[in-house]
Amino acid sequence: MKFSLLSLARNAVSGQTAGPAQWRSPQPRAVYDVVIVGAGGHGLATAYYLAKEHGIRNVAVLDRGWLGGGNTGRNTTIIRSNYLWDESARLYDHAHRMWETLAQELNYNVMFSPRGVMMLAHNVHDEQVVRRHIHANRGNGVENEWLSPEQAKAFCPPLNISSDMRYPILGAALQRRGGTARHDAVAWGYARAASAMGVDILQNCEVQAIDRDATGRAIAVETSRGRIAAGKIGVVAAGHTSVVMAMAGLRMPLESYPLQALVSEPVKPCFPCVVMSNTIHAYLSQSYKGELVIGAGTDAYVSYSQAGGLHISAHTLDAICELFPMFRRMRMLRNWGGIVDVTPDRSPVIGLTPVPGLFVNCGWGTGGFKATPGSGHVFAHTIATGTPHPIAAPFSLERFRTGRLIDEAAAAAVAH
Amino acid sequence: MLLIPCPHCGARPENEFRNAGEAHIARPAEADDAAWADYLYMRTNPKGVFIERWRHIHGCGRFFNCVRHTVTDRIIATYKAGDPRPSLDVLRAWSEHAR
Repeated sequence: MKFSLLSLARNAVSGQTAGPAQWRSPQPRAVYDVVIVGAGGHGLATAYYLAKEHGIRNVAVLDRGWLGGGNTGRNTTIIRSNYLWDESARLYDHAHRMWETLAQELNYNVMFSPRGVMMLAHNVHDEQVVRRHIHANRGNGVENEWLSPEQAKAFCPPLNISSDMRYPILGAALQRRGGTARHDAVAWGYARAASAMGVDILQNCEVQAIDRDATGRAIAVETSRGRIAAGKIGVVAAGHTSVVMAMAGLRMPLESYPLQALVSEPVKPCFPCVVMSNTIHAYLSQSYKGELVIGAGTDAYVSYSQAGGLHISAHTLDAICELFPMFRRMRMLRNWGGIVDVTPDRSPVIGLTPVPGLFVNCGWGTGGFKATPGSGHVFAHTIATGTPHPIAAPFSLERFRTGRLIDEAAAAAVAH
Repeated sequence: MLLIPCPHCGARPENEFRNAGEAHIARPAEADDAAWADYLYMRTNPKGVFIERWRHIHGCGRFFNCVRHTVTDRIIATYKAGDPRPSLDVLRAWSEHAR
């Protein structure tokens, strides 16, 4: 069913009963051309672009749980492309441009809202780093501008710019076309569109082993729903990538940490944009439901607990209360953790692996949601052609051997 | 917040410590690029029993090793830096215990 004004009206008068299942739930076939491990946004987008742009429709997307149940459903939905290095700017801006037309592309409302992402500077070092980013971004065709504290407050009225704060605001960078999207809708939209083109989405299908032939090539996955042979296998398993890749005998440059987020009780619209502060570690936006969506930090140690220490989120709330005094009496509704896979240079890994037939897209760390469409797009190209997409090429696994790292961590455009 | 038993000072809250990543990674005496990349960047990152280093920065200042289950975050044992890595059988028994 194609969503349109007519279908909306028809549903309205029929009591919303005309909506069919949005994707098929088929039994696994014995053989697929491509098997994607992980039905989050990135995995589903990969399957979608394999089917749409490369005509490879005999594709399965496997997930241990339900689709979009991992980090896709746990993140704070921020979309921006103001990364420092040329390679990163190309990758994230590729994704950013795709967000702008994604709802039309998928015929599914992903609620992309370019309301502006503002990143605060609290000291001289911050200001220098932020200004450096702005210049680098502009050089790469990515709009970003410097705001004085007064301009920042005009853009985001709840902001406290008084000089007696512990970490006063000296200015901010603003990417006006940054914003948010509805995270679940992205997974659902890609799942629906991919399923319609013949992609099988196999939920509750845990990969337990990767089979390799005598030449070492990856040829099949053993799953909780039986053996599935595959021409090519793409692993898009986020925090569990190390676990899956170990099944093929590979060690990865990854460490998995719980990253926390929390939401408040819903209130009327009061917060117009996204505000981030890397220095005192807080990021905040308001969802269409009215909840404040707050991102906290990662725990200090490797863990798969999907929880995280309470002191981590308490630390972020301290910062929020100082930056936005009007939220001091807000009650938090719930908090949770997602397991993020962090690389040494805080840039993703997209590409081929030493095992023939096995591809990987991982290492998005604390900020993968914003890249969902672009990540799927370049990874589909990489799988279909067997050579990295030009935008993905610098993000090869090989860079850890050659030393050509893309050090976004030192560049500090990333929220950690 | 974890309660971490420092082998020198006893049990203390996590914010007295700094995590220092996977333990028992030895710098190779001679290495080609692949071995060097493995030493610098590749990590086991296991879902299960994990041996890591902590440093008691707001206490004795010393590094030590810690055996922890990465799903439950339960700390199974700590031991002094330089002590040998526990044997596989011991780890397996600890793993059952920590589930």
